[in-house]
Amino acid sequence: MRRGCAGRRMMAEPIRIHYTVTGDDFTQAGTASADLKSRLRTMGFPADVIRKVTISLYEGEINLVIHAGGGEIEVTVSGDRIKLVLSDSGPGIEDIELAKREGWSSAPDEIRSLGFGAGMGIPNMIKYSDSFDIQSTPGVGTVVTMEINC
Amino acid sequence: MTIKEVRSVLHAELLTPELELSTQVHAACGADMMSDVLAYVKDQAVLVTGLNNPQVVRTADMMDMVCICLVRGKIPDETFLNLASERGIVVLSSHMTMFTACGLLYEAGLRGAKNDG
Repeated sequence: MRRGCAGRRMMAEPIRIHYTVTGDDFTQAGTASADLKSRLRTMGFPADVIRKVTISLYEGEINLVIHAGGGEIEVTVSGDRIKLVLSDSGPGIEDIELAKREGWSSAPDEIRSLGFGAGMGIPNMIKYSDSFDIQSTPGVGTVVTMEINC
Repeated sequence: MTIKEVRSVLHAELLTPELELSTQVHAACGADMMSDVLAYVKDQAVLVTGLNNPQVVRTADMMDMVCICLVRGKIPDETFLNLASERGIVVLSSHMTMFTACGLLYEAGLRGAKNDG
C-alpha cells in the first residue's frame, strides 16, 4: 500500500474544498485559511506541512481582500500534496517580477496601518510553497497556483 | 520559559484568563507588519506587537504561536479576544514599549527565529 504524509494511508480520491473570499471585510480575511488548517489537522497532516499550506493560503487570501475585491479559492488535498488555486477578477498585476520582489508593495497606507503591505506577501508564498505560479492580465484578473508536498 | 513567566517579565495584564499559562514559550518575535512575522517560522513563540486588529490573531494562529503581548498598554476589542480565546492563544497587555519589552524578553533568555541572523 502506498503511503503519504507521516505514514497516512493514501486517499482513494483527492478531496476538493472551495472558499469564496469577499473583498469588503478585512476583519474576515483569514477565515478560509483557519478553516483549512483545522481540516488538515483533523486529516492527520504533519504540523510543518499544515503551517506551509496555511501561511501560503493566508498571504493569498489577504491579497484577494486587499487588491482584488475578493475571489475564489480551490483546494485539492491529495495524500502526498496540497494544491491551492486562488483566482480573482481584480485589476491584475502590471509587473509580476516587481511584485515578487521582497519589500515592494502597491498596498495603500490604510492597509499598511493594519499590518500588511510590507511587500512580503508573494515572497512568502514562494518561500513556503514547493511550486508557485502566477498568471495575471491587467484589467482581467490574477490566478495564483501553489503546491505543497509532504 | 512559560507564558506565566513572560507575563511576569513584562508586568503584563492577562486578557484571556480562561487560557492556560503553563505553556512553554521557545522564541519571540517583535513586529507590527504581519507579513514580516510570517516570513520566519518560530516554534511556540510569543508575538510582541503594537497592532491590535484581528489579523494579529490570525497571523499568530497560522504560525502556531502561543501568546500575543500588546505593548504600550493597548487593549484589543472583543472580536480580537474572542478569536484568540477560540484559537487558544493567550493575550497579554503591557505598558512597556516594543523595544523595552523585546529587550527584557531577550535578557530573560528568549531568542528570535533560528534564521533571523
